[in-house]
Amino acid sequence: MSFIDLKGLLQPLGAVKQLFKQPHTIQYPYETNEASANYRGFHYNDLDQCIGCGNCSTICQNDAIDMISLENIEGSKGDSGLRPRIDNGRCCWCALCVDVCPTGSLNLTKDYLFVTDDPNDFLLTPGLDNPEGKDILSYTCDMNNSLSLYDRIPMRELEGKERVKSFAEVVLGYSEEEARAEADRCISCGLCTEACPENMHIPEYINAIASGNDNDALKIIYDNNPLPEMCGKVCTRLCEDVCAMQVRGDAVAIRWLKRYATETAPTVELIKEIVDPQIEEPNGFSVGIVGAGPAGLTAAYYLALKGYDVTIYEAQAHAGGMIMYGIPKYRFPIESIDKQIQYMESIGVKIKYNTRVGKDISFDAIYKDNDAVFIGIGLQKPWNIGIKNEDIPGVIPAIDYLTIINSDESYDVGKKVAVIGGGNVAIDGARVAARFGADVTILYRRRVKDMPADWEEIEGAEHEGVKIVPQAIPTKIIKNKKGKVEGIEYVLAKMVAQDGGRPRPVAIEGSETIYECDTVIGAIGQQADFEWLPENYKEAVLIERGKIQVNDLRQTGDVKIFAGGDAVKFGNSDAISAIADGFNAVKGIDKLLINEM
Amino acid sequence: MVREKETTLYLGPQHPGITGNMMIKLKVQGDTVVSATSHVGYLHRAFEKLIERRNWIQAFTLLCRFCVPEPDPMELTYARAVEDLDNREVPERAKYIRVIVMELARMQSFMLWYAGQSGSAGLYLTPQWSVGDRNYILDLFEDLTGGRIYHMYIWPGGVRRDLPEGWADKVLRTMDYIEKRLVEYNKIMFDNTIFQKRAQGVGIVPKDKAIEWGVVGPVLRGTGIKSDVRIDEPYEVYDKIDFDVPTQEGGDIWARALVRQEEARQSIRIIRQAIADMPGGAYYNKVSNPMKWTVPAGQAWARTESVRGEVGFHVTSDGGNKPYRVHVKGAAYTHGVTVLEKILPGQNISDVSFILNSLGVCPPEIER
Repeated sequence: MSFIDLKGLLQPLGAVKQLFKQPHTIQYPYETNEASANYRGFHYNDLDQCIGCGNCSTICQNDAIDMISLENIEGSKGDSGLRPRIDNGRCCWCALCVDVCPTGSLNLTKDYLFVTDDPNDFLLTPGLDNPEGKDILSYTCDMNNSLSLYDRIPMRELEGKERVKSFAEVVLGYSEEEARAEADRCISCGLCTEACPENMHIPEYINAIASGNDNDALKIIYDNNPLPEMCGKVCTRLCEDVCAMQVRGDAVAIRWLKRYATETAPTVELIKEIVDPQIEEPNGFSVGIVGAGPAGLTAAYYLALKGYDVTIYEAQAHAGGMIMYGIPKYRFPIESIDKQIQYMESIGVKIKYNTRVGKDISFDAIYKDNDAVFIGIGLQKPWNIGIKNEDIPGVIPAIDYLTIINSDESYDVGKKVAVIGGGNVAIDGARVAARFGADVTILYRRRVKDMPADWEEIEGAEHEGVKIVPQAIPTKIIKNKKGKVEGIEYVLAKMVAQDGGRPRPVAIEGSETIYECDTVIGAIGQQADFEWLPENYKEAVLIERGKIQVNDLRQTGDVKIFAGGDAVKFGNSDAISAIADGFNAVKGIDKLLINEM
Repeated sequence: MVREKETTLYLGPQHPGITGNMMIKLKVQGDTVVSATSHVGYLHRAFEKLIERRNWIQAFTLLCRFCVPEPDPMELTYARAVEDLDNREVPERAKYIRVIVMELARMQSFMLWYAGQSGSAGLYLTPQWSVGDRNYILDLFEDLTGGRIYHMYIWPGGVRRDLPEGWADKVLRTMDYIEKRLVEYNKIMFDNTIFQKRAQGVGIVPKDKAIEWGVVGPVLRGTGIKSDVRIDEPYEVYDKIDFDVPTQEGGDIWARALVRQEEARQSIRIIRQAIADMPGGAYYNKVSNPMKWTVPAGQAWARTESVRGEVGFHVTSDGGNKPYRVHVKGAAYTHGVTVLEKILPGQNISDVSFILNSLGVCPPEIER
């Protein structure tokens, strides 16, 4: 090729023709180019949808996201009250925060232009500072794209038909692999810890399970719950109601994971070896505890660890209180209770069975012989249904029925049973009756979704053939010639909305229906029985509306008397609240006897 | 005979003829380079170290920064290494999407090469055109990934999002357009006598030294050695796609340019096939919770073909939720140091940038 290559010199000049073509550039600001539908621009956060779990802040590899509190946003159960603030000077727009947001509240927008001379202006509280972002959302994350794992690992259970044949435990528990996979879903936001009455270290023990350290998990659990086997099986799990994953998917199965952790230590010796409880030297103080329910047992366990001489006075032949007598064995087998009690006794807790305070021993004696007293008596006296003929044979309160069955005694419910109520006790009564071959129907005043019972229990009952008639208000029990139950009359109700409360059932006139049955089981709640308590103590501890009044440390009007469990004003009427009471009372007793001496 | 004094000249780090932030210390006598030393370190961000402090998913957001002009091979190579360690299957659709993304990344990188190669020869029209046309490919990336330059799209287990509606058609339309434009580029660049004269016989990488020097990619193929990871060790679905790997003899800038010219056309061919053959179905095999995801202990080596040549990742896991070590071997590592220092002596000073561009040196790849 010679240097003078005419074609090679002239050909490039052909580019001149491009001059007459439409330019490709955009003449800003006369023309603008809208960002694509998937563009990763500035953040926008739906402040109402956001629950402040902080997962965005955790994933951000630039530490660009801080969780801050905002005016007008208060924390509540299931909402930390914090909201993300982005430092746009650090953000790299990777959008991992969007992909891990469990609620889908955090998204990116098409907005990308921002000019400032003040570096502080780079701090953006999405949603608050850019409300207009809502209309230009671009990079969003649906449940398919999300890095969050929304589907719970299903729990293996006995078949419905198999279940009603015996009192064998229905829930079979997670295998190791299933537990690891379920624990893996937790994002460690800690909203559950806030919701748990006992503030259990939930993310910590779930992390331990996820990383294969089951022993650590058990140790962490025993740090503030001495009855994990019980909680792992029958806890009301307020934690799962607020789990960040349940906003769009299934809550992490916190209860089943705790159950799994306890199943790794099947014997008392093994629990002792793993938990390795550090028992302090005896400190010379003694504490008497009335009632070996969850509250009393918890107080006893932690007091014993601290070197107190602890004695529990229990009226029944078995410890456990409501978890022993009120919960059917297909949910919580007797071996599990025994194991927990034996473990407690092994670290020095003394339990005097068949010792009813007020009958076998006077409260006065307990009060005088001990440096402090803890009352954890629970609610044992059922409320009346409040309808005609409820005192005839064939009508039984659910709690009495459950106690009879759990004490291995028998009670014939006949072929057809009506259960009145919508709480866990009602469902328990119904499912137990179904195990004796009865055809069971639950009558509940409100809708199924209003039932206070655990949804898994309701589902379980339905699988076992229990029928539920919602919006049914019982009016009277019908007596046959022999004076026994022949049926129950109820009216249907419509739900009427009311200001500042949940809808109220109002009877529909003329809708009376009769359900023929042999037994009516009433489950509309219980109250505490204080007959055993001498009058002077009743006045001292202050009982209002059937409940003992206590302060944060569960101390009553008498400084030496502490109380907890269902019979005090705190918390829900459930085992975990009782455990919290027992745990806090230990702090109170410690403060009374040691810190203030 | 005039004895000329030896002068030291610093080319870069701020210099339009340097392909990024690096510096070449030149000793020149008159217009002739006597010796050259590559100085890197202006861009060191310790990415390999930073990755060790991030969990497996967080680390993926750093990878694109290893090479700004062509970030996707970094993402893919890391993903492949991690998938190897984790025994993670990738859905078939994701494999096709990955191939399309990789070839689009090559395309837009070729456009930058057109700009750099002709711009460093003083031919300023090609950069105007090719950088403008490159934006049409970046538009495709924006639609697909949400980002124009840093895509952060290919991650372990598949890809991050499915194709937006109508995207595949838009890709085909854009490819048709680019194909026409490549003809125009040829007229002003390859058919241009000045370009030919500057490129031929300059910056020769000898065939017998190429392997020894660790030369890869188009530079190696420009010496007549057929080597391409896509056919040597096919990954994703490259074994199901029909394409040619061009080679040229000579080892000079001209040979490398011809290789790249043909490779750009082959990329279009691959993209068209991948779009036609792509199956439906899942595009992502979900990993576990990114905060807790642990990868079994072990080591993995993965390599892919970038526009500059072979990119390799050596990933070591100790079984934890963070990489124990990630070692990155970018194509530019040898080209920017060993090869450059060896072939610059004896060249004209005005050809230094021209040679640098033809080697495809990407300094951030050297300084991980």
